[in-house]
Amino acid sequence: MDFATFLIQLLNSLQYGLLLFMLAAGLTLIFGIMGVVNLAHGSFYMLGAYLAYALSLYFNSLTLAILGGAVLAALFGLLLEWLLFRHFYHRDHLDQVLLTFGLIYIFEELRSILWGDDVHGVAIPDFLGASIPLTENLSYPVYRLFMSGVCVALALGLYLLISRTRLGMKIRAGAFNRDMTEALGVNIKLIHAVVFAMGVALAAVAGMIAAPISSVYPNMGSQVLIMCFVVVVIGGIGSVRGALISALLVGLVDTFGKILLPSVAGMLVYMLMAAVLLWKPEGLFKS
Amino acid sequence: MSIASAHLEHLPRSVQFTLALALAALLLFPQVGTDFYTQMVTRMMILAIFAMSLDLLQGVTGLVSLGHAAYFGLAGYVLAFAMPPSEPVSLWWTLPLAVLGSAVGALVIGFFVVRTHGIYFIMVTMAFAQMVFYLVFDNKALGGSDGLYINFKPTLELGSWVLLDLDKKASLYYLTLGAMLLVYAFLRRLLWSPFGRALSGIRVNEHRMRALGYSTFGYKLSAFTLAGALAGLAGYLWGVQTGYVNPELMGFHMSAHAIMMVILGGMGNFAGAIVGAFSFELVLHVFKDLPRIGQVELGKHWQLWMGLFIVLVVLWAPRGLLGLIAQATLRLGRSKAS
Repeated sequence: MDFATFLIQLLNSLQYGLLLFMLAAGLTLIFGIMGVVNLAHGSFYMLGAYLAYALSLYFNSLTLAILGGAVLAALFGLLLEWLLFRHFYHRDHLDQVLLTFGLIYIFEELRSILWGDDVHGVAIPDFLGASIPLTENLSYPVYRLFMSGVCVALALGLYLLISRTRLGMKIRAGAFNRDMTEALGVNIKLIHAVVFAMGVALAAVAGMIAAPISSVYPNMGSQVLIMCFVVVVIGGIGSVRGALISALLVGLVDTFGKILLPSVAGMLVYMLMAAVLLWKPEGLFKS
Repeated sequence: MSIASAHLEHLPRSVQFTLALALAALLLFPQVGTDFYTQMVTRMMILAIFAMSLDLLQGVTGLVSLGHAAYFGLAGYVLAFAMPPSEPVSLWWTLPLAVLGSAVGALVIGFFVVRTHGIYFIMVTMAFAQMVFYLVFDNKALGGSDGLYINFKPTLELGSWVLLDLDKKASLYYLTLGAMLLVYAFLRRLLWSPFGRALSGIRVNEHRMRALGYSTFGYKLSAFTLAGALAGLAGYLWGVQTGYVNPELMGFHMSAHAIMMVILGGMGNFAGAIVGAFSFELVLHVFKDLPRIGQVELGKHWQLWMGLFIVLVVLWAPRGLLGLIAQATLRLGRSKAS
């Protein structure tokens, strides 16, 4: 492998890892703060991708579609939290698993009714359509760099929100001791709703920015959901920092595994997970 | 509702009576049912064995496995590889081999997963099952995404005497019924054995069990392996019945359906798992067969109805159908007494 190929694969693995982080961050926050295991998280990713497809046709601009889609996804998250998830925070994990499994069926069928079962493509906007030449015949698409940029910006925003703002302080306090925080006059129900909506929006944005390179197809949520589980398990449930490091690690192992050890590439990530579990059963960064 | 309180380990008289009636109906069914329905009930009984095996983990030990289908599918694949394309082979050695295959798979994966707790256990069992799924899915030598055909039914002979000809639908039906009853009797016996009591203890309070000197790791790993082996028995029968295995058998949906079956019937007593498997398959069959109303083909959208059904069950009947029966008779008894 020469240096240019290596660089391209490194950038690809970084981009994949960052995308996984956007999904895993929502999953791990929703679990860490509300104690809910959410199998339908992959469906939010799919929802985002289909929103990008539908809205970019409507607005004729992917940028507008992403902005509009993020708002719609957050509103959808608020509605879902208010209707269903709110009543499951104190229930058994088993009930949460079943509820969210039922939701996967519902979302999948609604997707089929709204948009059909065909594979759709989403166009890359013109100003991001270029490629950066690396050698004579190798180049790197600007859009993938743009994806990584968006993910990094959102990750940074998330970090600042949680560690530097008043809202973030309330979120952390609520995760630490719910009753005490409530007694101090914080509207914990509102905090939960906001965190949930944020998680949904993050997953949907991941789906939206991934749509132009992955295309949009039925069941696209389930595969990514399981990868997110692996990321969250390796990183330690509830830890956003753990999710970031583990997502980058998974991205590296998956991308380079496919090149160096193609025959076992599908299993490598799970072996990584098994190794981490033997070493640290609660993940690398238990919160 | 917590896992601990959602149990009916002693089955009330009313439930026992209902089950006895259902057993009589099952014994007579192939005499009156058509081939189609005989096959459908056979499939329900196979899934009932699968659901009971999961109940040992989910209801008794309190371990929610979201990857139980891996062991179900493994045994089917063992059968597919054991069966040569040109002639049938005996059940006497393929069945133990398939069950052993699933048990070994469960033992190896269990070694990693039973050291985790609660939500980790859910996620990790799911991830490992997915690993097995992709191992098969990505390898052409293992049949890949298309799966493998099992060209013959295994033979069941003693010397030269044919015990059962499994090509006959009724024979396979009675073999499956026998297997289901045996598994049920075995698991009910196990539930009240010292081993079963220790598993229940782990569900209620694992720390206390450990303080009492129980090696909970060993108990949980044994339960996981045993549950995997019994799931393998179900998977073997599935392979025999359908003559075909594919990666979907090990997939995420299959695992989640098994959880749903156990919940739907009522967990922790094995009878509920049987009731749940039958009801789940029946509901699925009804949803897929819904008629067309005007422009809308209701049956085509079965996923929507199934999803809504699951959500409603979780919201309103978390103790399952047996729980509802027991509750109803309790209420009846109270109103009589007053």
